[in-house]
Amino acid sequence: MKRLSTFLIYALLILGSVVMFFPFVWMFLTSLKPFAEIFELKVWPQAPTLDNYREVLFKTQFPRWFLNSLVVALITTFSVLFFDSLVGYALAKLRFPGKGLIFVLILSTLMVPTEMLIIPWYVMSTEYGWSNTYWGLLFPGIISAFGVFLMRQFFETLPTDLLDAGRIDGLSEFGVFWRIAFPLVRPALAALGIFTFLGNWNAFLWPLIVVQTANMRTVPVGVALFSSEAGTAWNLIMAASSLAVLPVLLVFLFFQRQIIEGVVLTGVKG
Amino acid sequence: MNRPPEPAKRGVSLATREALWAFVFLAIPLAFFLFIRIWPAFQALWLSLFDWHADPSKRPFVGLEHYEQMLNDRLLLKALQNTLAYTLLGVPLQLLLGLGIALLLNAVTRFRDVFRAIYFAPYVTPAAAIAWVFSWMLSPNFGIVNEILSVFGIPPQPFLTKPSQALATVTMIVVWQNLGFQVVLFLAGLQNIPRDYYEAARIDGASNWQLFRHITFPLLNPVMVFSAVIGTIGFLQLFTQVVNLNFTDQGGPLGSTLTLALYIYQVAFARFELGYAAAITVLLFVIILSITLVQLRLLSRRVEY
Repeated sequence: MKRLSTFLIYALLILGSVVMFFPFVWMFLTSLKPFAEIFELKVWPQAPTLDNYREVLFKTQFPRWFLNSLVVALITTFSVLFFDSLVGYALAKLRFPGKGLIFVLILSTLMVPTEMLIIPWYVMSTEYGWSNTYWGLLFPGIISAFGVFLMRQFFETLPTDLLDAGRIDGLSEFGVFWRIAFPLVRPALAALGIFTFLGNWNAFLWPLIVVQTANMRTVPVGVALFSSEAGTAWNLIMAASSLAVLPVLLVFLFFQRQIIEGVVLTGVKG
Repeated sequence: MNRPPEPAKRGVSLATREALWAFVFLAIPLAFFLFIRIWPAFQALWLSLFDWHADPSKRPFVGLEHYEQMLNDRLLLKALQNTLAYTLLGVPLQLLLGLGIALLLNAVTRFRDVFRAIYFAPYVTPAAAIAWVFSWMLSPNFGIVNEILSVFGIPPQPFLTKPSQALATVTMIVVWQNLGFQVVLFLAGLQNIPRDYYEAARIDGASNWQLFRHITFPLLNPVMVFSAVIGTIGFLQLFTQVVNLNFTDQGGPLGSTLTLALYIYQVAFARFELGYAAAITVLLFVIILSITLVQLRLLSRRVEY
């Protein structure tokens, strides 16, 4: 009886895993097929080819899109990690007038949906000439209210004595933050960093609006617009999708444990 | 006799120094918040009172006209109905499936981390690209899904191409992508429940169902609230998948998959009625705010043992 139920549980889990993983497999297999083969619905490519990848990589500006996504995701990630920590630390460990008000003000921005901000961002970008620039792409992401909330929670767990010891040793307030407090919240920084990076890498709505020329597209926008023009050339569309999905999947496999622990950390603590 | 130290004087100067440092820390990030989040939120309200024109001096003030206009906007009504349907269908589905899979995972020890990683993988991948993969797999004539269904003797389904199936199909795809997040949260929640509770209840002769009903379920409540709120907000803002699953007829067929966020996008950037679009974003804000508050209140009855 016990053995039967264990067997059933594993059977269900494997069935679920197949459903979860099959789309990736099918995407990849289709991307290796020549156009003539894709409508035959044979599982394995009969004459596997990398031509689809060649077409996407060299006939579009995919390498540039990749670079754009990397620039946007990296800058926003470092900006969020640094500035959100500064605010989180000040709110958790420093005494100053207006603290409660500032915290409530920052938290209240969490309730405003992105859609509501996008029209003013667009107006700002056209007025100040930011559309179609890197700054235009990344400015909405340089700070995160959720990150402030998360970092504040973590800085609060640090013993104040430890920080005072640094002060007695002659460190400035910034030195105390940068040399003592910052390195001690590394797990929180890792979680926040990974999610900021993924969120900005995968972002679609804002890049779609702020970018006008093909060379400034990010990977998701570039792949979507390429696919929309490819018609029924699903082999090419799947190659483009693979190029967008596989790097993220590889990073995930590599940092799997940290990423999943990050979800738990932010979800359960934050 | 020892002279008492002078805490007051020293304290004041130290406190002032600390406050000054705090404002040094806060200056730049707070400026960012004001500039990127707070000011634009008010600007959206302000813009909603004007008809859009590229030249700010030529924007006629229309007062609350845009809010009146919403009352007679059939497409908006459609978008609202659809968004509600997505949320009512998607959130419970992903909570149930997430909880179910987490319970299964919690019952096994071998390969647990492998399964967890497989279920979580879709969550980190770009939704725009994933949507194209699904539109290929669900293609009515050449899609692999209809091919698999035919093995079981099920006739080919139209999926995304028929109004009656499109919304449910999109919901499934979104749930597929979000599921791993729910599983990871629920699994962490389950592992936070002390084993003693189950052992004590078992000694008292409780059945498996009773254990679930009286221990697991109530103690998971905070995680469920969190998941439900995050899930609801996500479905209320559904955009990327809908756009990419039917790129040539976004929101189609026949408006059957149109969402509020997509409609806002179309009004603002295809019709260039930015003032009216801003008014609809205010409506979205009010909806998200009230649903979140109601949900938190309804669900967050904390249980302590």
